[in-house]
Amino acid sequence: MLANEYLPFLSEIKEVVKHTDIEYTFRLTYEGDVKPGQFFEVSIPKYGEAPISVSGIGDDTVDLTIRRVGKVTNEIFERYVGDKLFMRGPYGNGFDISNYKGKEIVVIAGGTGLSPVKGVVDYFSNHSAETKGMTLVAGFKTPQDILFMEDFGRWKQSMEVILTVDCAENDTVCQIGLVTQYIPQLNLKNVSEAVAIVVGPPMMMKFTTQGLLTRGFREENIWISHERKMCCGIGKCGHCKIDDTYVCLDGPVFNYVKGCRLLD
Amino acid sequence: MGYCLDKAGFNQVLQELSQEYVVYAPKLFKNGGCFSDTDRIRYGEIHTVEEIIFDRKSEYSFKEELLPLSQTLFFFTEAVVKEADLPQKGAVILLRSCDLHAVKRLDTIYLKNGSEDYYYKRLRDKVKFILIGCQHSFENCFCVDMGTNQTDAYDAYLEMKNGKVYMDNHNDAWEAALAAHSTEVTAVIPAYVTETETRVHIPDGITLDVMHAKMWDEYDSRCINCGRCNFVCPTCTCFTMQDIFYTDNGKIGERRRVGASCMVDGFTEVAGGGCYRKKNGQRMRFKVLHKVYDFKKRNGYHMCVGCGRCDDICPEYISFSNSINKLAEASKEVATNAGK
Repeated sequence: MLANEYLPFLSEIKEVVKHTDIEYTFRLTYEGDVKPGQFFEVSIPKYGEAPISVSGIGDDTVDLTIRRVGKVTNEIFERYVGDKLFMRGPYGNGFDISNYKGKEIVVIAGGTGLSPVKGVVDYFSNHSAETKGMTLVAGFKTPQDILFMEDFGRWKQSMEVILTVDCAENDTVCQIGLVTQYIPQLNLKNVSEAVAIVVGPPMMMKFTTQGLLTRGFREENIWISHERKMCCGIGKCGHCKIDDTYVCLDGPVFNYVKGCRLLD
Repeated sequence: MGYCLDKAGFNQVLQELSQEYVVYAPKLFKNGGCFSDTDRIRYGEIHTVEEIIFDRKSEYSFKEELLPLSQTLFFFTEAVVKEADLPQKGAVILLRSCDLHAVKRLDTIYLKNGSEDYYYKRLRDKVKFILIGCQHSFENCFCVDMGTNQTDAYDAYLEMKNGKVYMDNHNDAWEAALAAHSTEVTAVIPAYVTETETRVHIPDGITLDVMHAKMWDEYDSRCINCGRCNFVCPTCTCFTMQDIFYTDNGKIGERRRVGASCMVDGFTEVAGGGCYRKKNGQRMRFKVLHKVYDFKKRNGYHMCVGCGRCDDICPEYISFSNSINKLAEASKEVATNAGK
């Protein structure tokens, strides 16, 4: 019997971490394989479904970091520990950790773009022997917008961390400036062999990847992740199609060689 | 085996088929058009051959029988989710060659692109197709150039000649009924058109650079992004999820998928308001290239079947076939610009 992919299952909220007024992480029960960079369709009956990427993976939980910007996410924010959400997934290809093992790694994330790539950062934070060096550059709009503040403390133990905001008044926690301005000063042993992951808003990804290429990164050593409207997650609804590529099936993670040629 | 039936005999066959199937064919909806006192030809259930419209093109395609414009997927009752029931009967669909080729496109998206679609599959498994022969092409048809003017992938073939129904049957289960009600056993060879008034030429070697050509700009103002072209197209399959809840009891509702159009606002809009392809010309480019360029890159053949319904329905008289024919010049233009 063919499985009905559209039927959601119920998942219980185990924990809610409030990063900012409009960005919470919901820890939800989920048993099954899932990779960083994959996403779930989360739904609230009456309000609809939204694709949300996985920001953390536990033994029997997944973390979904959600920004309150739409009809569905507004409603999700009304839910607390013990409540249940409908989900289906995971969908998409996710990040393949083996692409980055044994290499110098640079992760550059903008805003909630840190969520899909956080699983990769966590993995190499816990397995730092599997890299030749790692740098995380994370940019947010203001100090109040910083996500995963407690994780940054932990990451700093095992990798170089540049935490930056676009603008701030008298802030000492982080630096001030766009993520792109730190690219020239990245401390790299061999830039032509180094790998990079860039996730964030479209303009941030555009200029960051340009900066990395100027710095000497090879196109095939850069990965990006795209965000698009998706109503199905399984290559049917058509909303996420770009040229002959379905972001839900073939992505959302793309090697830059392909990703840079995806023009809407 | 081929048969000749009189109308009464064929209506008997339809009645026997109706035990197991709902029979859908192009039929006339009196005063069902957009404007007062105008009719509409679209698909609907038929019981007699007299209801079938043979002499004109259906404005909407058969696709709604496989992909209803609004399809309930499941019902919500508090924490319980209950799958929508499948119609008891299967369907027999009467359609022309271009539309039967469109079925292959629907199958590709819904059965092969990623995992099989549960709702499509369960309807599709119970559908049989009867091909309607085309003695001549209609206005705006360009099936010959798209290679969709001929097919033998039917359960049965049907044509009307001198008030009689001629059928070629491929479906063993229907042999007995056809033999019983026919007046004559005779070889029937499907009629198909070999030329159309409207011609298209899809140039070889199109690249995505053609998106930068000037040809798309005219649609910024001409197109009113109403999306009719998508809704009449037999190969447009996009949908959007929609939840509705009942006014009498707000705890009970359903999730549906409803037809979506890449021409209409909101198609690409993500939470927070970000969207892609804001101009109508860009949307036109997205649609045209999907139909005659990128679908082929992914699946090996063109998506467009040349039925011309998009041209028939456009309230702004935009011609899809003309936009295909502009691609050769547009490709040259971008190649020249690249060389500068």
